[in-house]
Amino acid sequence: MKHHVTTTINGDETEFLCDTEQTLLDCLRDELELTGTKEGCGSGDCGACSVLLDGRLVCSCLVLGVEVGGKKIDTIEGMATGDKLHPLQRKFLEHAALQCGICTPGVLVAAKSLLEKNPNPTETEVRYWLAGNLCRCTGYDKIIRAVMDAAAEMRGA
Amino acid sequence: MRYESPDTLEAAAKLLASESGEARILAGGTDLLVQIRSEVLSPALVVDIKKVAETRTIKEEAGGFRIGAAVTGAELKEHSALKKVWPGLVEAANLIGSTQVQGRASLGGNLCNGSPAADSVPAMIAAGAVASIVGPNGRRDLKVEDIMLAPRKLALQKGEIIASFLLPKRAPHSGDAYLRFIPRTEMDIAVVGCGVSLTLDGSGTCAAARVSLGAVAARPLLVEDAAKALIGSKIDDAALEKMAAAARAACKPIDDKRGTIEFRTDVAGVLAKRTALIALERARKG
Repeated sequence: MKHHVTTTINGDETEFLCDTEQTLLDCLRDELELTGTKEGCGSGDCGACSVLLDGRLVCSCLVLGVEVGGKKIDTIEGMATGDKLHPLQRKFLEHAALQCGICTPGVLVAAKSLLEKNPNPTETEVRYWLAGNLCRCTGYDKIIRAVMDAAAEMRGA
Repeated sequence: MRYESPDTLEAAAKLLASESGEARILAGGTDLLVQIRSEVLSPALVVDIKKVAETRTIKEEAGGFRIGAAVTGAELKEHSALKKVWPGLVEAANLIGSTQVQGRASLGGNLCNGSPAADSVPAMIAAGAVASIVGPNGRRDLKVEDIMLAPRKLALQKGEIIASFLLPKRAPHSGDAYLRFIPRTEMDIAVVGCGVSLTLDGSGTCAAARVSLGAVAARPLLVEDAAKALIGSKIDDAALEKMAAAARAACKPIDDKRGTIEFRTDVAGVLAKRTALIALERARKG
């Protein structure tokens, strides 16, 4: 039996059909073609599939699609405003905070969530917050610098 | 796999009890979904309990706090009144996994997943938490230390659901703490975990204490001899050494690549001392 799920994704009311076994990640990618959210491990270890569920940072691979009826989901696709990149996205480009890019959407979603709660984090706070977002390319320093720089710019703006 | 999300615990218990195949409760899903995906579990029925208000609410009750079994670690951390009274428990819940995992993982799930290394369980045991359990035959209370029997084995009957936990009223000059040893700095599973809760009298003598150890036996332990070593003392070095010896004596750990029997046993004593000192400092301020 397929479940009919009605939810709000990046501000738009969205409906999809899913099987019970499908995770929110499967639904985003395979049913809604929102492929910005990536699958890394599928077991909640890597953070590549990070989204906000009712404003809370979660791994979409650890949520069933059928659970999100009536809830609000924010994905990487909602981060830029039209052609205008979010300051975090711009700073990631400026600092070359990505190489292969698979972890990047998850890192950006997680970092945005941090800055909404804490606009002035210490480097330690950024590193702990992002400990669940694994990156095998950058060695993290560039990511951390980009987040700190974006936070500074956003505080000034 | 069938998914149900009833509005009441009674309906949830009925669904679980009447399922002839394997049935599982879904709270945060951070363990369950991983086990389903890796085919460790193939439940015929998953019952999501998050639509039941009791499972998702923190409220003050009888001078203490009632915490819904599906309340997340992140929500515990944002509850300033709870964090002020039970900082050790809140910190323990927020050592589980990453920020993302803490956005979903719950106290009920951490306990019912049935791992001896679960971080929040020694903290709950030290706190004297009591689970409120709803099943096909009604509601009953069970102390948290009596719930997990062995890895993946719980003292719950078919159809029973942990709805919430009651943390008791706190006496003045009380403090709790939880520490774990992991070989990394974050995102790891406890090699040893220790929860301590204690209360001082007006003269600074330890009037009550509870000490719990995780990951050093087949189930999280309430170590009464360790608590006895503290009670009646000023929690000086001699009392702490006695407590550490009692903690080590209670250990029956496994021997694996993450920690040998000897290492886990030794660390249990060291951690118990460090944890008690943090609880002591908090009790003096409280």
